Amino acid sequence: MTDVLLQLRGLTKAYPGVVANKDVSFDIGRGEVHALLGENGAGKSTLVKTIYGLVKPDSGAMTLEGSSFQPPEPRVARAAGVAMVFQHFSLFDALNVAENIALGMENPPPQREIAAQVRAVSDQYGLPLDPTRIVGELSAGERQRVEIIRCLLQDPKLLIMDEPTSVLTPQEVSILFETLRKLSAEGTAILYISHKLEEIRTLCDNATVLRLGEVVGTCDPRTTSARDMAELMVGTKLHVPKKATRETGEVILSLKGLSAKAPHRFGTALRDITVDVQRGEVLGIGGVAGNGQDELVAALSGEMPTSAAMVTYKNQPIGQMHPNARRKIGLLAAPEERMGHAAAPDMSLTENAIMTATTREALTSRGFLHWAKARRFAEGVIKTFDVRTPGPANAARSLSGGNLQKFVIGREIMQAPDVLVVNQPTWGVDASAAAAIRQALLDLAAKGAAVIVISQDLDELMEISDRFAALNEGRLSKPRPASGLTVEDIGLMLGGAHDMEVAHVDA
Amino acid sequence: MITLEKRPQPSRVWTFATPVLAVVLTMICGGLLFAALGQNPFVTIRTIFLDPLFSEFAWFYRPQLLIKGAPLVLIAIGLSFGFRAGIWNIGAEGQYIVGAICGAAVGLAFYPTESFMIFPLMVIAGALGGFIWAMIPGVLRVKFGTNEILVSLMLVYVAEQLLASMALGALRNPEGRGFPGSRNLTQYPSATSWINEGVGMHWGVVFAFIAVIFAYITLSRHIFGFHVRLSGQSPRAAKFAGVNPGLLVLICMGISGALAGLAGLFEVAGPAGQVSIDFNVGYGFTAIIVAFLGRLHPVGILLAGGLMALTYIGGEIAQSNLGLPGAAIQLLQGMLLFFLLAVDVLTNYRVRPKHKVAT
Repeated sequence: MTDVLLQLRGLTKAYPGVVANKDVSFDIGRGEVHALLGENGAGKSTLVKTIYGLVKPDSGAMTLEGSSFQPPEPRVARAAGVAMVFQHFSLFDALNVAENIALGMENPPPQREIAAQVRAVSDQYGLPLDPTRIVGELSAGERQRVEIIRCLLQDPKLLIMDEPTSVLTPQEVSILFETLRKLSAEGTAILYISHKLEEIRTLCDNATVLRLGEVVGTCDPRTTSARDMAELMVGTKLHVPKKATRETGEVILSLKGLSAKAPHRFGTALRDITVDVQRGEVLGIGGVAGNGQDELVAALSGEMPTSAAMVTYKNQPIGQMHPNARRKIGLLAAPEERMGHAAAPDMSLTENAIMTATTREALTSRGFLHWAKARRFAEGVIKTFDVRTPGPANAARSLSGGNLQKFVIGREIMQAPDVLVVNQPTWGVDASAAAAIRQALLDLAAKGAAVIVISQDLDELMEISDRFAALNEGRLSKPRPASGLTVEDIGLMLGGAHDMEVAHVDA
Repeated sequence: MITLEKRPQPSRVWTFATPVLAVVLTMICGGLLFAALGQNPFVTIRTIFLDPLFSEFAWFYRPQLLIKGAPLVLIAIGLSFGFRAGIWNIGAEGQYIVGAICGAAVGLAFYPTESFMIFPLMVIAGALGGFIWAMIPGVLRVKFGTNEILVSLMLVYVAEQLLASMALGALRNPEGRGFPGSRNLTQYPSATSWINEGVGMHWGVVFAFIAVIFAYITLSRHIFGFHVRLSGQSPRAAKFAGVNPGLLVLICMGISGALAGLAGLFEVAGPAGQVSIDFNVGYGFTAIIVAFLGRLHPVGILLAGGLMALTYIGGEIAQSNLGLPGAAIQLLQGMLLFFLLAVDVLTNYRVRPKHKVAT
């Protein structure tokens, strides 16, 4: 790394009440794949937004190829050769690929020309993508390719990628990595942000670790263990959830040929899902988002009624039962979207506790609310699950993602369910909070409840589940014992292998 | 430059301060408007906001306050349930008319029999009339996904035609020498809603207060009120909490329709006296302003209803004493809603001078 592309020196950015970046300095070399590590709130996104011209630093300087670089807005950063793929895609579902790419351009050439460029770039980097397809019909992996190709058309010197693999199957990840390696070989530097340490170890040349806005260390990810990197990020010994050996009991929940039509245009139909869940086990369900996860949770929580016999609970058909009737008999759920689904952002935590705990915690009598009792319940959740908030009177939206997630999961666990269904329990949650949530789920199973964990994070599923099944296009594979499954096995179960090829790295 | 910064949670102070600020801004801009019309702004504002309460003729105006305020509060309370749940019943005016027609028709059917049973029957008929009229947009939305704003609004015009046809046809006073309009219910002791006409007291006032208390308890203490609020804030969360969205639409439309129908019945059997072509004067629309001015909170609505009644009466005084055009008064009322919605942003956002960027 003799040829320095981007140099950061003493970057500091403070927001009211919090210092997001404090004296951050490091270099990125030409063609280097550089990892940026850190927990949520460590200041990674502020830093990359600074490089991309979305945030102006309070002090500090950047140099790009030896000359001063202070982009006042992303347009200038792009012109200088910095491109960024965001974690959340900014694509229009109703437009096709070429139209979406044209929308991000200053002076878009005619559609036909863009389509030709897209084809050329996708061939060159092994990213199969048809420019005439409607984005709404693409998988998450394909959408990401749209974003990547949009960046590559600018011929960038530095490509910033924010959590690019969170929505990909293992096969898609390997295709992405081939592409990134090829870009790197051609001299494009990549700043790679991820929580997934194993990925960083396979892909990156260098890593910079941020904690509370400061650089706390650099390391060579190829020689540092994932555990060491995690402890560098967290600053303490990492608590790894312990899977106690448990007795699994009788079958408590059975899905028999569960099928349901897609609830809306971009939804997924459930197709003939059959599985038995036993007391005391954690069933992990993997799969890329948009393959029926939301619909499966809705069918189990009662938001989406199905025919009665498709869902049986304690030998009782419940497919038609309302959400609160299911709660009453011990079947609880925590959906993926915290804001606006699992919790109401503008309501207080007490009110959010009332949302799902009314039935089991007897928070009403003849319909009248017991506010004091509800507040005590909310306080209990806050205390038991270490939710960082001044108190239950605070609005849900004032909590950070990880804290709200602890509250939402805690709210269900505190009601002592017999079956708990959780969707993406640690999505966007930092490492220590994620470990706490996983431990709580394992403890719940140890007490004899059945836990169904739906997640895109395969490491998480391998860590806590007893059996693993994959959800693909609304179909559930046959569950297999989680111990002994290899990444390849899982990839095949996820069915992500079709219609893709690995980049031809011969350049 | 000024930037808006989202507050972590809604400010309690501003929740209460914004309506006051809106009233003050309305007074200032209304004053400028009246000045542009060639009036002394201070005299005009005093005439509209203070004369009804404190002038030498206040003894005449104060009962009017109850008469104008009661239907506004009654309708606005009903609307507040739906508005909180994100269900937009804009057609309270139509439900008000149909309630009046149904209630009056029951009373007129018994004429000239005297019985204490007649008025309660009229009350039920009035509520039912408004309820059924509101069920039309409600059921259409639940069954076919139509927009309840459009349907309920259009039904106002249907109700107006119905009113005209009733005043000219079925309900016309047989002894009225062919003039349009029904018998005068205030001259039919079993059917009048007056309790004491001299002080403006009628059953509508009583029901308005009952509605305020009922709504307050429901919204703050009962799980139904909680579900209403939850549905308005996060429909998906409400469904997850076990709320049946279709049923909620029907209940909220039903409550607002029934209360609007009641308001119509009390009006036709008291202050208005008869079913006539020009019976409705826009209470159903003004009540929308009242509901928002009162922050959809029952006590707020009670105060806002009083304020709105004040501008009605003050506006009439200004029209007759100062020769101000009626449209100017309506503009003033519109301004009030406009400012209320505009300053509402302060509840959720903080205004800050833009941060100077260090270079």
